[in-house]
Amino acid sequence: MDTAAPRPKENQGQPLPRVDARLKVTGQAHYPADLPTANIAYGALATSSIAKGKVAKLNLDDARAVPGLLDIVTYGDMDTVEKPKFGNSGATSIGPLHDRTIFHDGQIIALAVAETFEAAEEAAQLIRAEYDAETPTASFDSPGAATIPAAGKSPLFKEDVKAGDFDAAYREAAVKIDVRYSTPTQHHNPIELFSTTAFWEGDQLIVHEPSQNVTGWKVELARQLKIDPAKVRIVSPFIGGAFGSKGPMTPRTAIVAVAARRLGRPVRCVTSRMQAFGTQTYRAETRHRIRIGAGKDGRITAFAHEGWEVTSRPDSYVVGGTSATGRMYAYGSVLTHVSLVQADRNTPGYMRSPPETPYVYALENAMDEMAVALGMDPVEFRRINEPKTEPIGKKPFSSRSLIQCYDQAAEAFGWAKRDPKVGAMRDGDWLVGMGCATAIYPTAVAPCAARVRLTVDGDVRLQCGSHEIGTGVRTVAGQMASERLGVSIDRISVEMGDSSLPPAPVSGGSISTASVCSAVLKACDAIRAKLYAGATAEGGPLAGSHNEELDLADGKIVAKGGASAKVEDVLKTMQVGAIEEYAEFAPKGATPEALKKLYAGMPEFHGGEQDEDSVKYAFGAEFVEVRINRYTREIRVPRIVGAFAAGRIMNTRTARSQLMGGMIWGIGQALHEATEVDSRYARYVNRDLQDYLVPVNADIKDLQVILVPEVDHAVNPAGVKGLGELGNVGTAAAVASAVYHATGKRIRDLPIRIEQLLA
Amino acid sequence: MRPFVYEQPTDISAAVAIASRFTTEDDQPTRANVQFIAGGTNLADYMKLGVAEPNRLVDLNRLKDPGLRQIRVTDDGIRFGALVRMGEAADHAELKRGYPVIADSLRLAASGQIRNMASLAGNVLQRTRCEYFRETSWHCNKRVPGSGCAAMEGFNRQHAVLGGSDACIATYHGDFAQALIALDAVVRAEGSRGARKIPLAKLHRQPRDTPEIETDLAADEIITAIEVPAVPWARRSLYLKIRDRESYAFALASAAVALDLDGDNVREARIALGGVATVPWRAKAAEEALQGKTLDEVSAGAAADAAFAGAEPRQHNAFKIELGKRTLVRALLETRDMKV
Repeated sequence: MDTAAPRPKENQGQPLPRVDARLKVTGQAHYPADLPTANIAYGALATSSIAKGKVAKLNLDDARAVPGLLDIVTYGDMDTVEKPKFGNSGATSIGPLHDRTIFHDGQIIALAVAETFEAAEEAAQLIRAEYDAETPTASFDSPGAATIPAAGKSPLFKEDVKAGDFDAAYREAAVKIDVRYSTPTQHHNPIELFSTTAFWEGDQLIVHEPSQNVTGWKVELARQLKIDPAKVRIVSPFIGGAFGSKGPMTPRTAIVAVAARRLGRPVRCVTSRMQAFGTQTYRAETRHRIRIGAGKDGRITAFAHEGWEVTSRPDSYVVGGTSATGRMYAYGSVLTHVSLVQADRNTPGYMRSPPETPYVYALENAMDEMAVALGMDPVEFRRINEPKTEPIGKKPFSSRSLIQCYDQAAEAFGWAKRDPKVGAMRDGDWLVGMGCATAIYPTAVAPCAARVRLTVDGDVRLQCGSHEIGTGVRTVAGQMASERLGVSIDRISVEMGDSSLPPAPVSGGSISTASVCSAVLKACDAIRAKLYAGATAEGGPLAGSHNEELDLADGKIVAKGGASAKVEDVLKTMQVGAIEEYAEFAPKGATPEALKKLYAGMPEFHGGEQDEDSVKYAFGAEFVEVRINRYTREIRVPRIVGAFAAGRIMNTRTARSQLMGGMIWGIGQALHEATEVDSRYARYVNRDLQDYLVPVNADIKDLQVILVPEVDHAVNPAGVKGLGELGNVGTAAAVASAVYHATGKRIRDLPIRIEQLLA
Repeated sequence: MRPFVYEQPTDISAAVAIASRFTTEDDQPTRANVQFIAGGTNLADYMKLGVAEPNRLVDLNRLKDPGLRQIRVTDDGIRFGALVRMGEAADHAELKRGYPVIADSLRLAASGQIRNMASLAGNVLQRTRCEYFRETSWHCNKRVPGSGCAAMEGFNRQHAVLGGSDACIATYHGDFAQALIALDAVVRAEGSRGARKIPLAKLHRQPRDTPEIETDLAADEIITAIEVPAVPWARRSLYLKIRDRESYAFALASAAVALDLDGDNVREARIALGGVATVPWRAKAAEEALQGKTLDEVSAGAAADAAFAGAEPRQHNAFKIELGKRTLVRALLETRDMKV
């Protein structure tokens, strides 16, 4: 046991190394664009340099003259296939080659296909467009921006939550604040570039592409190409970072599939880093107004959260984080409203904790401001407002260990040593500041299928169409089978990332561990039942024993009294070489169509705020120390501590890794990350990793993750709360709180940069 | 990527001859069809992006002259061979001891991988990273003379406040050149018209109305060495680089400072500024403001004011004036307090 492999506490699983760790660090893990494919042709995209208007003319002559050029797919060539759909599996409704309208900067205008990657790139660069350009609307304050209410515009955001009479309570509150915050545009930039490799075997289409949703993509791609979903296979064995960016399929996939069909050979298109900014999804900028009223005792009586989010002209992408912020504390009264602001931009999409990252940033920054206004310790302020039930529907929390998280993180951080006076803590020329914030993420679960086979040799094969996006889901799924079947993890092979496997839901919303493990649990328990039946049957080695007295361990069925039988022998008795179970898990409250929808790539999500019995969330508390030079004001983060409670922890190593990655990203959101939009042209300016800054190793010093034990049987059969999107929620607010403590400056617009601290 | 011819000459005269054959006297080095390449960390990137489109590359890495790969530190000063890698120089013990401002400027630049590839001469000649220059769909007077400047009214947070013109405000992003210029370094170059010495202060050109002209070099001239005259008191020197993250980022503001002190009194100060100017920027006015003065926060502040007296802010980079001043004040005080 060491820092990377924390010793498991109550209800926490062993820190087994990732089952694919060796493959990954030795370069043997094949990511989709690495999968060997014979006779491949290469595609390169040409993209628009305007954000609004029409392509009047496309000059292809220079591109066609490039030696090795095979084909150019452009306007007219997609007419026989359907346009993309915005929704579960589709990133946008814009069919870039279906008509000549340009909706956003960097929109695909053609795909050049050539014998080599270099020739394809050269040809793509030589494709010249002439535009009828119009003045685009870039963002919130741009002329032409249209603001509409978000409620009801997306199935994921049905209403603006409210409770009680906010106006009256706010009016009468003894202490109140009314503050505005903003978060910038952000792009995911996973290290693995976006790519599509498509090839046809007869009428069967095979696509190699990094995906968080192989089943959904299969169905959506088949719809676009007007073929039977059974004729489409999406293969995505490893994904080099996703964070939501590989959840919805983009229009490129169908374009490459069409190119492969026209050419009659495989086509691979790897999108450049720069082009990804325009052709993939992103986190749009948001604005917030928060009003909080409280009594002098610190009890909140009134809370209002208004949010504004940028989206594209044709699609209403909503994150709507008020659903969580409106339920966070014992507010008394709640008023929320979310608006969409339509601009000439690509349709935004899911990015790690899509609603909570911006909305909880605003809430937690406001909580810190309110604590200052009340003259109260920020941890105490949150303790005072700890709710018994959530304020909107008055439902209980299935479990809520927020205060335990605060207590354990505060202790480890040394919060008691903080001098609360602003600017009071110094180390030479460095101003020292300390701050904290709450992390929250809804605990959801979705239907999932899995196939598990136990052979007479003691090997286990586990198949599930989920996705290894770096979270360790392969490992924890194997761990679940290992525990339930009493088989060592090295005898278990786990297959994922292929739409021909039993379907799993999209790997989004932090549902994978809960959903996959619940399905694996069900399959393993069915195998156990068969084994027990075989063992206890008349003439069996454990005849007369009852199931509840039995367990599986080390390849044996062990009875309470001490008698045992080798699984191998039981299978022989049963005269079978293997037991294979195909399990379909549907969460409590699932509709009768839930499983059908899983196969159709439209999984139902349950949990979060939606269940009747309780609301379900994972919580955490993060503490940050910053140092700010008194002359030059650069901000450094020498220490960060986070304590998190998320039900059953399957594997303390992978859980810590997820939370650590989230906290690091949170530091980046606080201090580094922003896509700059040139408001004159609605174009992105810093489209590469030179100017789109994320933290480097030198920025991350002492980072501690505490896994707080928690038991919650209500969330799902596995007892697991997803934590992949928990660690980066609240971090930026904790940094802002620390910056205020060090300098007395309240920075409300992210990222916090030197220039905001100079004046 | 466009096809190109790749040549690997083994002596300098051959390299010059190739460049000479395919260029004319009027060719600007940055726009010539022939480009010299050493580490390639800048040029290869710009070729992929279509910013540089040479059809012939002359690789200098096979040149035999051993002096090209040596650092010599003598009583007369330092001689850097042009092909010495940044990483080697950053780790050089005598440099670290005698000229910390130079070693720091290299250590704080780029990343370990890039420092291991990039040559010192190439580093001095690196081109701007202006976002509007790097991406060919924007208007850029430096990339396409006369096409306009998208940065002027665009997102110009990282752009220069010193040495700009109506045509271009692209920042010179290097670090090493600031340390060199502060110490009166000279470059040696060889071309078809023979060998010559150019003071580093005269090597880079401010954009004025010809931002595509970046240096005093001819298209067929190769830098062979960089020489820094001995400055015994350069032991009291440092390079302070302020940036958005701890490592692997360009300077928002930087200062190269060397001080000859008599107690706290300034006999001579050498100051250069980075991250704020279109070229490596020697701050003579600041140096003069300090001469004979007691170095404290007040005199350092006055020197900083002098350094930025002519600064011209744009919409997003106005903070660089204040940040640049504070960077210089901090650098001066930290240099004063060095134990040497």
